[in-house]
Amino acid sequence: MFKLLKIVLQRLGLGVLVLFIISVIIAGAVELLPGDLCQELQGQSATKETVAACRKELGLDKPVYHRYFVWLGNMLKGDFGVSLANGRQISELIGDRTANTFFLAIYAAIISVPLAVALGILAALHRNSIYDRVVNIVTLSSISFPEFFVAYILIIFFSVNLGWFPSLSNITPDTPLTEKMYKAFLPALTLTLVVVAHMMRMTRASIINLLASPYIEMANLKGMTRRHIITKHALPNAWAPIVNVIVINLAYLIVGVVVVEVVFVYPGLGQLIVDSVAKRDIPVVQACCVIFAATYIILNLTADILSIITNPRLLHPR
Amino acid sequence: MRKLEDLQRQLSEGRITRREFLSRAAALGVTAAVPALILQEEAMAAAPKKGGQYLQGLTGGATSDVLDPAQTLDSYMINVSFGQLRNNLTEISPSGELAPELAESWEATPDAATWRFKLRKGVEFHNGKTLDANDVVASFNHHRGEETKSAAKGIVGPVTDVKAEGSDIVVFTLDGGNADFPFLVSDYHLVICPANSDGTIDWQSGVGTGGYVLEDFDPGINTKVKRNPNYWKEGRAFFDSVQNLFIADAGARTNALRTGDIHSMANLDLKTVHLLKRQEGIHVFSTNGNKHVTMPMLTDVAPFDNNDVRLALKYAVNRQEILDKIVKGLGEVGNDSPVGPANIYRATPEELPQREFDPEKAKSHLKKAGMSDLKVDFHVADSAFEGAVDAAQLFAESAKAAGISINVVREPNDGYWSNVWLKKPWVASYWGGRPTEDWVFSQIYSKGADWNESHWDNTRFNELLVQARGELDSNKRRDMYVEMQRLVNEDGGSIIPVFMAYTHAATKDVGLPEQMANNWELDGHKNAERWWFA
Repeated sequence: MFKLLKIVLQRLGLGVLVLFIISVIIAGAVELLPGDLCQELQGQSATKETVAACRKELGLDKPVYHRYFVWLGNMLKGDFGVSLANGRQISELIGDRTANTFFLAIYAAIISVPLAVALGILAALHRNSIYDRVVNIVTLSSISFPEFFVAYILIIFFSVNLGWFPSLSNITPDTPLTEKMYKAFLPALTLTLVVVAHMMRMTRASIINLLASPYIEMANLKGMTRRHIITKHALPNAWAPIVNVIVINLAYLIVGVVVVEVVFVYPGLGQLIVDSVAKRDIPVVQACCVIFAATYIILNLTADILSIITNPRLLHPR
Repeated sequence: MRKLEDLQRQLSEGRITRREFLSRAAALGVTAAVPALILQEEAMAAAPKKGGQYLQGLTGGATSDVLDPAQTLDSYMINVSFGQLRNNLTEISPSGELAPELAESWEATPDAATWRFKLRKGVEFHNGKTLDANDVVASFNHHRGEETKSAAKGIVGPVTDVKAEGSDIVVFTLDGGNADFPFLVSDYHLVICPANSDGTIDWQSGVGTGGYVLEDFDPGINTKVKRNPNYWKEGRAFFDSVQNLFIADAGARTNALRTGDIHSMANLDLKTVHLLKRQEGIHVFSTNGNKHVTMPMLTDVAPFDNNDVRLALKYAVNRQEILDKIVKGLGEVGNDSPVGPANIYRATPEELPQREFDPEKAKSHLKKAGMSDLKVDFHVADSAFEGAVDAAQLFAESAKAAGISINVVREPNDGYWSNVWLKKPWVASYWGGRPTEDWVFSQIYSKGADWNESHWDNTRFNELLVQARGELDSNKRRDMYVEMQRLVNEDGGSIIPVFMAYTHAATKDVGLPEQMANNWELDGHKNAERWWFA
C-alpha cells in the first residue's frame, strides 16, 4: 500500500506541473488571437476612444507576462479572479455551470458505463453471433454520426413527434433532481450514444484477447461454464485496458460536450468557454482550462490506480 | 372571385397574415365581399388580456452581458433592458411615429440647439422611488465624459450640458441645432435608471420604470421578470411573467418553438423558413425595417477612389437575385441608400429611381474609368450577415457579365469586426435600425465619423447634413434629405443591395397587434409589453 501512496503522490506532483505548463500555453495562445476583449466586446460599435477607455479600465494595456503573473499569484491563493467582460467573480460565474457539466457527465456515465460493459461482455460471450453483429453495427453507427445530428434525431422523435422529453434543457441550480434528470435526459442519451461504442468494443476486444490464453483453456478443460470463465477469470484481468478507455470517455463527457450543450441549450462550461474565447476573456478561459486539465489529470490518475490495484504485477514491480 | 378564394385559403392555412389578406383583397377591389366569418377568429384574438407566463427565445446574448445600459450591445440585452425593465424619454410607436414615454412633452428653441423635456408626473421606479429630473440627468451623464466606455457616446456627443430645472424639467444644450434630438433619446442605450446620491446611476439592480420587474438575471442563460403592478403606461405589459432564454442555435430555437418550450423567437433560419411556415400552430411573420446589408468600398483606396468603378460595381450586382436567394424574399431590394422603410423622408421611386442590374451600364462606367476589365478582392464572412459569403458568390457571378472579376476572400468569423471591417478595401457589413436620416448619415456617411465604413467624403453631402439637422421645417428637411439620398446613391462608397426584414415566429396562442413597429425586430423590441396571450 505504501508503494501505491508513493505513486499517487508522484503523479499528483507531476499533475501540478502539467497544470502550470497548460496555463502558460493557454495564456500564450489566447494572446496570439487577433483583437482583444475590448474590441470583441464592442464589435461593430467599437470606436478608438471607447476601446482605449475599456482597455485602461481592465488593465489590458499592461504587458502579457505582467497580467499572467498577477493571475498566477491570485490563483495560488485560490482566487480565480474576476471576469474581464462583466466584472463578476469567476468562481461565482463558473460554479453553477461546472456543477451542471459534472451533473450531465455523471448522468451520462451512469447510463453508458454499465451499458457498455454489459454489452461488451455479452458480445464477447456470444462472439460472432447475430447479437454480436447487431450490437457492433448499432453502436458503431451511433458513434459515426456527428453529435448534433444524433441530438437532432433524438429531438425529432422524442420531443417533436412523441412529446416525451423537452428539447430545451434549461436547468437552474434550484431545479429539483428528478426534474433535472427529466430535462437532461436527451442530452445524456446523446452522449451515451456517442461514447458507448468505444467502451463496448474495448471490453469485447480485451476479453476475447484473454480467451486465447492458456489459463482460460485450463478453466475450459476443467469444465467451467463460459459465463463463469468470463466473469471470474477473464474480466478481472481485462480491467486495466477497459478502465483506461472508460476514463478517457468520462473525460470526454466533461470537456467535449460543447455541441450537445448548444443544441439542447444546456448551461454548462462548454458554452462558457466558447463565449469567453470569442470575447478574449482570458481569466475565464484560464479558469475553465484549469478545471478541464485538472479533470483529465485526476481521471487518468484514477485509471492508473485502478489498473494497478487490479493487477498485482503492477503493484509489485521489480 | 377565383383569386379571392385562393386568398381565403392562404389565410386559413396561415400562409399570409390578416393584414396581407386585407390589402390584397383590397387590391382585388373586393373588400366588401370578404365574409366576416374568416376574420372572426383573429378578431377575437385582437382584444388583449392579462395573464400567462411568456417564454421567448432570444439571440445575441452572452455570459458577458451586464445590466449597464452603456454596455448594451446586442438584441438580448436590448430586449431585456430597453423592452422590459426600463423606459426612455420618448419611444417609437408601432406606426413609426415619435411618441412620449417618460417625457410628457418637449420643445426646442428656434435654432433647435436647446431642448426642454417635461417629465410625466407620478411615475415610480420598481423600488418605489418617484422619477424626477435628477434621474434623467444622471442617466444621460452616464454616457458622457472622457471616462465613459458607453457605446452611446457618439449619440450624446453633441450634448454639451444636461441640467434639471425643478423636479420635472430637463434641459439639454447641444453644440449645434438638431431637429431629431427627441428621436435620439429613444435609443436603447438612453434608458432612465434611478440616480445615486453622487450623480451616478444604479444600473446594477436592474431597477427601472418599465413594465416588468427583474427577478433573476443569469447572463447568457436566462432572465426572469414579472409584471410591474404599478406600471404607469395604460394598456401595456400583459404577461404575468416573462422568461428570456438565450438560444444561440437557430435549430434549437426552432425546435423549442415547435415543442412549445418557447412562445416566440426572432431571427428565423432563412434556409428552412418555408418549412416552418407549413407547421400547424405556428405563425411566421416579418416586418420590413431599416436593417440592411452594405458592401462598403474604401473611397480613398484605388481602384475604389474612382466613382466610375464604384458605379460599375453598383450596376453589376443582381439585387433581386440576392433578395430571392439569400434572404428568401423576406425584405426588399436596396437602392444604395441606407434610408429605408422605417424612415420618414425616404425618397420615392420617382425622386430616386431604383438602380437595376445592368451589365452594359457597368461596362460603360468601366470604360469611362479607362478600364477594359476589373479585378477586385471582396472580403466577407458570415459574421457580416447571414449568407454573406453566398451573397458575395452571387455578386461575383453576376459581375462576370460586366467583365468584372470578383475574387471572394472568405475571412474568419472570429474577429471579423476588428480585423477586416474598416481595414480591407472592400468588405460586407450590415446595419440595424436607425430611426432618423440624420442618425444613419452622420454615423456612417459623414466625413470623419468613426464608423464611416467607406471613408466617404462628399462636401455637398456634409454641408447638407449640418443644415438639415438644424432645420425644423419638415418640407425643407425633406428636400435636403432626398438630395442627400441621391448623393449617396450616385457617389457613395457603399453598395446596398437589400433591406432584410426582421423575421419572427410565434405560437398561435400569442396575441399580436395589428400594427408592429419596424424600428427593430420583435415589435421594436417592445414585444414583452405589446403582445399578450390570446
